[in-house]
Amino acid sequence: MGTLASVLEQHGIATVAISAIREQVETTRPPRALHCQFPLGRPLGRPGDADFQHRVLDAAFALLEEPEGPVLADFDEVIDDEAEAPLVCAIPPADHGDRHPAEAEALGLLPAWRRALASHGRSTVGKVVTAEQVPDAVGRFARVADGESWKEVGLPGDPTKIAGDIRNFYEEAAIGLTGGVPGARQAETWFVDHTRAGDVIQRARIAMKEQGAGFYFWNYLLPMTQHHEPGHAP
Amino acid sequence: MADQQVREALAELPGFAFDEVPWVTPRPLADSRVAIVTTAGLTTDGIADWNPGDQSFTVLPADADGLTLAHFSPNFDRSGWIVDPDVVFPVTRLREKAAGGTIGSVADVHISFMGAQVDHTLETIRLDTGPAAAEALLADDVDLVVLTPV
Repeated sequence: MGTLASVLEQHGIATVAISAIREQVETTRPPRALHCQFPLGRPLGRPGDADFQHRVLDAAFALLEEPEGPVLADFDEVIDDEAEAPLVCAIPPADHGDRHPAEAEALGLLPAWRRALASHGRSTVGKVVTAEQVPDAVGRFARVADGESWKEVGLPGDPTKIAGDIRNFYEEAAIGLTGGVPGARQAETWFVDHTRAGDVIQRARIAMKEQGAGFYFWNYLLPMTQHHEPGHAP
Repeated sequence: MADQQVREALAELPGFAFDEVPWVTPRPLADSRVAIVTTAGLTTDGIADWNPGDQSFTVLPADADGLTLAHFSPNFDRSGWIVDPDVVFPVTRLREKAAGGTIGSVADVHISFMGAQVDHTLETIRLDTGPAAAEALLADDVDLVVLTPV
């Protein structure tokens, strides 16, 4: 971010950067930066709060008055993530049939995911699998979690990307179930600690590490702050 | 406080700084044409996949409809983006500022790169794609860029 700002400025465009990690901006020294101690992924602070977002932009634009740089200022309000307060989110009952329970759970969340898509018009699912393919992908990770080789269960691509599709699908389904604006990382913690699929990915992550998978493949299966021993699934 | 752990883990990462900080004296804000450059890894074609190490960029229209957040890293919140894209790509806020006369106008061209690059020297961005992005912005007469991370 800081280096990119400097490149643009070098080519004649004035810049002001919103900073998410203060030390990185101190290292890369962009011309003007406003450090915002907001949840990562929410650089304007509060979704759905236009007044607050305008305040952030006004504070950033105020740095343009400085006669020389580099300028690094701090926004006057801090917003913390809410990872330790997971969503309260009832999971719809699903017909298990002969499916793995986690696969059935994902299938049962498809209607909620579709409601979220219809309401907001966007999704982050689709790196490798579609929402409709998520239940099958969960089933394949369940086989890894239960001891099969991650290379032999038929994962249709990069496992980190498939795990991302699964997690994003669940977080978006949670938005469909609650109908509100979740706090930052609330849906993430709900997925990891309170769903069967989250438990499957956690166990698959550990299994892949034990099977000798490369660091990239097991490390990025879940956010770095969600790596822990399994056992929280319902 | 998961974000605090991420910040602490990333605080010591190396990064590239120019020996001399480039500096453009800004035009008056009320006369400035403003664009957003984000490192959120936004795409326009519905593709949700942006590979680690890819230092290319996407040209974004002045409308958040139809954008997809494709960043590879799992280490940040995406739910805010789903319910309100302006929390990442504040183009609606810029339009409101232009309507109120705070800024001159909103650019037709905006840009997305993807952050969290494994090459901390950002050599491709510095020497190739960054200058190309600047050219695209200058072709739209952009005076001022607001950069947003995720």
